[in-house]
Amino acid sequence: MKINGSSAVYRFVIKQNTANDPRSSGYLSDTLSLGIHQIQEIQCQDLYFLRGRIDPEQAALLANQLLHDPVTQSVETTLLENPTHPNTTTKKPLSSLQIIEVAYRPGVTDSVAEQIQRAARILGISTINAASTGLRFVIKGQELSESLLQELAKRLLSNPVIQYFTLGEIFPAFSETAKKNDLVERFNFRDMDDEDLLRLSTERRAALNLTEMQTIRSYCQQEKRDLSDIEFEMLAQTWSEHCVHKTFKSQVTVEQNDPSTRSFPKEYEHLFNQTIRAATQQVSAPWVLSAFTENAGIVEFDGTNEISFKVETHNHPSAIEPFGGANTGIGGVIRDIIGVSAKPVASTDILCFGPSDMRMEDLPDGVIHPRRIASGVIAGIQDYGNKMGIPTVNGAIWYDPGYTANPLVFCGSIGIAPRGANPHDITSGDHIIVLGGRTGRDGLRGATFSSMTMNAQTGEVSGASVQIGAPVVEKGLVDVLMLARDQHLYHAITDCGAGGLSSAVGEIVSETGGDVQLADVPLKYPGLAPWEIWLSEAQERMVIAVPAENLYLLRSLCGQYEVEMTDIGVFNRSNRLRIFYGEKLVLDLENQFLHHGLPQRHYSAQIIPQRFKPGEQNPLSRSQNIDRNVTLLRLLAHANIASKEQVIRDYDHEVQGGTVVKPLCGIQHDGPSDGSVIKPLLSQTKDAFVLSNGLNPEYGKLDPYQMTLLVIDEAIRNAVACGADPDRIALLDNFCWGDPNRPEIMGDLVQAAQACYDGALRYHAPFISGKDSFNNEYLGSDGKIQAIPPTLLISALGWMPDWEQALTMDLKQAGDLLYLVGSFKPAFGGSHFNLVNSNSAIEESVPLCSETNPQLYRTFYHAVQQRLVIACHDLSEGGLAVSIAEMMIAGRLGTSLELGANPDPLRTLFGETAGCLLVEVSPQNKIAFEAIMENLPCRLLGTVETDPTLHAANQGAALMDVELPALVKAWKDRVIEGGQR
Amino acid sequence: MKPRALILFAQGTNRDGDAAHALELAGGQAQVIPLKTLREQKIAWSDYQMLVLPGGFSYADALGAGKLLALDLSHYFLDEVQSFVSAGKPVIGICNGFQALIKSGILPDSRAANEPAWATLTYNQGNHFECRWVSLEPSSQKCLWTRGLTQTIDCPVAHGEGNFQVSDPARAKKLLDNDQVALVYTHPDGKSADGVYPINPNGSILDIAGICNAQGNVLGLMPHPEDHVYPFQTPDRIHRPGHFGLPLFINGVRHAADC
Repeated sequence: MKINGSSAVYRFVIKQNTANDPRSSGYLSDTLSLGIHQIQEIQCQDLYFLRGRIDPEQAALLANQLLHDPVTQSVETTLLENPTHPNTTTKKPLSSLQIIEVAYRPGVTDSVAEQIQRAARILGISTINAASTGLRFVIKGQELSESLLQELAKRLLSNPVIQYFTLGEIFPAFSETAKKNDLVERFNFRDMDDEDLLRLSTERRAALNLTEMQTIRSYCQQEKRDLSDIEFEMLAQTWSEHCVHKTFKSQVTVEQNDPSTRSFPKEYEHLFNQTIRAATQQVSAPWVLSAFTENAGIVEFDGTNEISFKVETHNHPSAIEPFGGANTGIGGVIRDIIGVSAKPVASTDILCFGPSDMRMEDLPDGVIHPRRIASGVIAGIQDYGNKMGIPTVNGAIWYDPGYTANPLVFCGSIGIAPRGANPHDITSGDHIIVLGGRTGRDGLRGATFSSMTMNAQTGEVSGASVQIGAPVVEKGLVDVLMLARDQHLYHAITDCGAGGLSSAVGEIVSETGGDVQLADVPLKYPGLAPWEIWLSEAQERMVIAVPAENLYLLRSLCGQYEVEMTDIGVFNRSNRLRIFYGEKLVLDLENQFLHHGLPQRHYSAQIIPQRFKPGEQNPLSRSQNIDRNVTLLRLLAHANIASKEQVIRDYDHEVQGGTVVKPLCGIQHDGPSDGSVIKPLLSQTKDAFVLSNGLNPEYGKLDPYQMTLLVIDEAIRNAVACGADPDRIALLDNFCWGDPNRPEIMGDLVQAAQACYDGALRYHAPFISGKDSFNNEYLGSDGKIQAIPPTLLISALGWMPDWEQALTMDLKQAGDLLYLVGSFKPAFGGSHFNLVNSNSAIEESVPLCSETNPQLYRTFYHAVQQRLVIACHDLSEGGLAVSIAEMMIAGRLGTSLELGANPDPLRTLFGETAGCLLVEVSPQNKIAFEAIMENLPCRLLGTVETDPTLHAANQGAALMDVELPALVKAWKDRVIEGGQR
Repeated sequence: MKPRALILFAQGTNRDGDAAHALELAGGQAQVIPLKTLREQKIAWSDYQMLVLPGGFSYADALGAGKLLALDLSHYFLDEVQSFVSAGKPVIGICNGFQALIKSGILPDSRAANEPAWATLTYNQGNHFECRWVSLEPSSQKCLWTRGLTQTIDCPVAHGEGNFQVSDPARAKKLLDNDQVALVYTHPDGKSADGVYPINPNGSILDIAGICNAQGNVLGLMPHPEDHVYPFQTPDRIHRPGHFGLPLFINGVRHAADC
């Protein structure tokens, strides 16, 4: 397009003047870890581009007052000679090959650019019509070939999904203005044959199968009508796996050829209702206020307040744009909490990545290196959580080759609200109000995208699906909505998540009906077709129902907090949703068909017999002769077990001032807490809640049923280890699975779902919310399908009446006693011992979960309430030895332990078990503690020592002697004395 | 009557609640007001005896932490802030608030419009955001917020741009000589951090965690004493009880009462 002759484009380069620029050295060390050694120095500089009628004095004013820090930076301003130069990525380098410049593609959220325009107006310059930002890398080194620089730019310095780069000077790509677009396409469904139907579903990436497409055709035939593109897109979104969970709601026929171990029903009429929901109904806990009906599960807290909890996954987006994917993942789940009118008070994140030392040549086509995925995801979570002012307090990171192409990003959000503060009182005539960010093409078809298997092209094709968050905009939503809630300004609320307005408005009018005017929706840039506006997954938007008389108050509140508010329609009693674009009626669907017309899916599940009988043990453990000390160090240095301190410290876990037990604990604040304890400042009592989780795909690979029980036990055990009341723990399930069309994948799911039912009843722990993500598979260009291991995250939300009873896992005092409490039945199936000894793995069954564990936790809790417990840590990956070592590291103290007559010490030290806790008790409470634990498995192992050694013996004969500094070094630095890893 | 504290709220401010909580505990009366409201409703700053710029990410840290909030201060509220400062009323900027006080030139001392800035808060030496508990030694008797405080304060830091640097090291020395270095990072036992990470978490020159103006009434600091006002907040409640951040706010409120 032609740019106004008086428009100029200014380019500003901001250079760091300080001798040591940490950002630049960060990039340099990243190139080294990529295996590029020719580069000696990278200087990273910021680029800003401003377009408009700007005179040189104004440009100087902006450069000096706004764009750089005069103490540490310098600025270089140039007027670009040829501002009409077309946007191109192939521009010849102007200066030398050693410059790489990166800028955002048009349409990608660039909040710094927006802020520059706003700030320039404050400085009195309001003639800037576009701004954009970028990065400039000055690269020094030897033999820097063009191909090497290209590689560097693609692999490290930019992400082609959201950015483009040039060698040499880049020309910025501004979003160009386009005309208003009211194009609506109509499909004649009535005359389509099955082939046409499937083609349409594929062409529009609707992810609907033939039966579903046929259902739409019948509807059209019955109603004697065509469907507009927006109607069809809305049906595809509303009926997507992501939005309605049709796999879990399906009818399942189970085939099981070997029922010798565990038998499953032959048929489920409705998998979810008969397993997870049934468990919650049967447990029927009075403190559960809402389960599976709203945006989040809700439980009673302190008599006046309620706590809400939701965990979401954002896997597919994080695979193609790790920062944006994780960023908007956490943003999305926070909106679920705002969507139950609660103030977000804590976040959790559990991440699964491919191995960070994977060789470049082993990476599947089109897949980002796990190292970069990990750093992008962590930066994305940090950015959103920290800027929202919500502490990120609990998490885990798990590495497995199965996650290379399909990383998993579980984001959780916890909120607090006065009991019953979330209204559900929509009245005909209420206005449909959208609050928050503007609508662009971001994230189009995200819900259907996440319901498909990815391939090497996914990144390119789904470029538009990438969303970048603006946490400060979402923060504004919390600020305004909490005040609006307290002033009773709205009648109902829901969030804009996957499917955008289509699913948010669709849901909020589903009980009544409503009319919407799409032309009123504020856009980031014009040119969006009606269906694009309706489907856009632009972030940071909420939809509320507001009675006309409250509009004025709400508008003034929004004004104060600089939150955009738009009135897009009205609720009525039509039981239909009608959407207008100007005068044009573009969508007219009845609620019944939209929300209840989806035919139930039917799946076949095949239960594959387990390789080992439950509880089967391999005698190899008795004869293996390996160095136990080194084994312990290697376990501590394993990526899944080693310290996550570097990541944890990137997250603000202190803001809001309620974090009692922090993710790191101990005398030097670096021990691994079992969970987090939060006492919200908003609550007037001493009540605290506990967050913990359980996840173990290694067990999942061997036995999905047992794995599920084990991770439920782990989540509960971690909460109990923090001092939670085992009779008041709520659970959340998050399934990440492969393609349910494959019967063996579905078989794994059936086993896990059934175990959720069994586990919830056994522990009397109801599920209050859950989410599932299927099709976590990747079709490599070699034609091979790679699925993730069956992965189930169980998140636990516990409670304690008094924060003072919170426990940490660090050893506190030399002379104290150390007990092993619980049914100790160590096994090597799925163990980390096997992962660090892959050549001599002890193949056998995964650990079993004793039915007496709930009783044990209840009894142990009596000891907690009587304040008899000084420290407590659970046994998990790596077994007893690792747990003891972790307690020692956290407390910087030694232990002296007698494991007793034992023919199989390897199993005792490194086998993994459910249901066990290590407990520190002071000698004066020995009798009281033992009396409480009477008749339950509880063994005195030894004492806490000042001598900083882990000393374990077998009837006096030394089994293990490791110095504390070696443990610390292995666990914190992943360095094993002697140089092994 | 309880002294009234005006807590400024910009888009992205997020520790306003924590600061309000600490001030109320310290005996003040805290009111959080969005900048837009302050601008449009002509609220009288003279009704307040204390000014607080709390932590957060105003304007998402675009163009550098605190930079755009500083622009707001110097563009919309210059007179109000200046009269607050020159009246000797207690002013505190915590974390993002400190960054804004520095970048607007209110700290280390109000300078003339044409005088170039010589102090800044830049990227942490470790190149990443960092959340951890630190110990602080109140080191200034000039600063009304730290005057008379003898015990070290334990509290968290949570920032990515908290590295206090000056264009000329002599400037830092001069701040010290003027008793304007209000808080320094130390070992828990009071031993000097000597610039060593993580005791000094960000690489600040002279281990500076907070500074005040020459008059002593304006304090800017990176750590969050407002997040250690209850025993349940410290991770060291067993080994090392006490060391609260509250006395700092009590000092502020006490001086505000005289204003």
